[in-house]
Amino acid sequence: MIWSKQEVLPREEMQKLQLSRLKETVKRVYENVPPYRAKMDEVGLKPEDIKSLDDLKKLPFTTKQDMRDNYPFGLFAVSKDKLLRIHASSGTTGKPTVVGYTKNDMDMWTECVSRIACMGGATEKDVAQICFGYGMFTGALGLHYGLENIGATIVPSSTGNSEKQIMYMKDFETSLLVATPSYALRLAEVAREMGIDPKKDLKVKIGLVGSELLTDAMRAEMHKYWGDDMLVTSNYGMSELVGPGVSGECEYLDGMHINEDFFLPEIINPETGEVLPEGEKGELVITCIKKEGIPLIRYRTKDITRLNYAPCKCGRTTVRMDNLSGRSDDMLKIRGVNVFPSQIEEVIFSVEELGPHYEIIVEREGYADKLTVRVELNVATDSFTELENISKKVKNKLRIILGLDAKIKLESPNTLQRFEGKAKRVKDLRSL
Amino acid sequence: MVVKQLSVFIENRQGRLGEVLDVLKNNNVNILSISLADTTEYGILRLIVNNPELGKDTLLKEGFSALLSDVVIIKITHETGSLQKFLKIISDADISIEYMYGLSVEGASASIVLKTSDTIKATTVLTENGIDTLSGEDISKL
Repeated sequence: MIWSKQEVLPREEMQKLQLSRLKETVKRVYENVPPYRAKMDEVGLKPEDIKSLDDLKKLPFTTKQDMRDNYPFGLFAVSKDKLLRIHASSGTTGKPTVVGYTKNDMDMWTECVSRIACMGGATEKDVAQICFGYGMFTGALGLHYGLENIGATIVPSSTGNSEKQIMYMKDFETSLLVATPSYALRLAEVAREMGIDPKKDLKVKIGLVGSELLTDAMRAEMHKYWGDDMLVTSNYGMSELVGPGVSGECEYLDGMHINEDFFLPEIINPETGEVLPEGEKGELVITCIKKEGIPLIRYRTKDITRLNYAPCKCGRTTVRMDNLSGRSDDMLKIRGVNVFPSQIEEVIFSVEELGPHYEIIVEREGYADKLTVRVELNVATDSFTELENISKKVKNKLRIILGLDAKIKLESPNTLQRFEGKAKRVKDLRSL
Repeated sequence: MVVKQLSVFIENRQGRLGEVLDVLKNNNVNILSISLADTTEYGILRLIVNNPELGKDTLLKEGFSALLSDVVIIKITHETGSLQKFLKIISDADISIEYMYGLSVEGASASIVLKTSDTIKATTVLTENGIDTLSGEDISKL
């Protein structure tokens, strides 16, 4: 089902709408947000200079650092009493990034998530279990209101206590699961330990996964444990922009539809900042064109993707972004080679004898970087030859894909850490 | 007779062997023979126990990678050349030995656990030559 008529607008009408919203937003931030005004004055740009969508590229970028520098409310375009809600990122490094929502922002957010939930197959008949952590993190509450708006029954189970999660799923006949892909796999593992086969004994047929990359290999792994008939879609967002609701996959699984009447996307070369033509891969930059609380202008997401403006088979005309191929700040540079953890994940998932959990360790030995990948055995064997062959298989595949030699550490099942929120699978010990 | 051997994968990490033994102890699985082969990264612990099925199931439940495989256990006397005699029978039958270790039994004889390329054939050849092999039942009574 297509939730909103904005999702099927002809390109011209969409652009008209975007331009009027962009002009309005730029004018508002220039008048109300001193740091933006200063940045625009610095390059001699006035709101009236934005005459076409092409003029977007004249505007200065906004980065996470700008949010930290203006902590907590310096980038807000409204006074605090207009806010209904405040969220913040975890802030593992330095101050958290703070965002706020006005009444209109809350409605817009709910609308965006409702669209994405519908793309992922949700209907009013669904029982939706939300296994994202509730709290300052935007994921849980975003999905919560969006799904409720559709009319689905919400089970706000949050994260943790996985056995109880499985009990709810069984007893409430949960049909839709919201989780990170890695926690969804963990839940399947716990269910099996409890003697419950998620494929047969549970009714979960829709997976709305987010907050982590969903690679093809991870999707295949989801099907393996939750059943081939599960529709697993990924959706994208970040708290700075709104939370979940920026984009999501439809049933054709051919890229994530961006709610571009609210989030105007561009792709840039992350090194030079230059805007790249359609179809080229680069860093995603988003301008929030209908946000009141904290309307970010040309926000650098650090996520690497590309845009596709071709209309989709589902009928939506909104621009699609590829499933992310990594974050520019997740990228590891090992012996001069660019490595995305998702590339390593893909290799691990392709080896049948290994489970889906892994850990990547990068160390410095003398002057050389050393890459170690810890993996869990999914099989039992009495043969050293077989164990060596498994290691060799992973090593060879990694060498082909990365051009690097890695050390493979086989571990018993259930040895590596499991995650309920975003998985932290990389340990870079070089900077310590 | 074919006997079930319990094999467990263990990482070379301090205390890991103890964890396996704890699980077996807590489930009243008695160890009759033990062999630990290792590489720089990990080892395979091979055990002859009184209740291999229970041993495997409890280890799997505790998150270990464990399985049962078929071995032959022969009884030999404490005499020079007795082992050599048996091995000749096996190699003459074109069966290769993957690994072997001793099983301690009190008295005048000793037992050897053999993992061969063909367990059924090895058992048959040994029986044809009038050599007794221990059964699972014999083991559980030890």
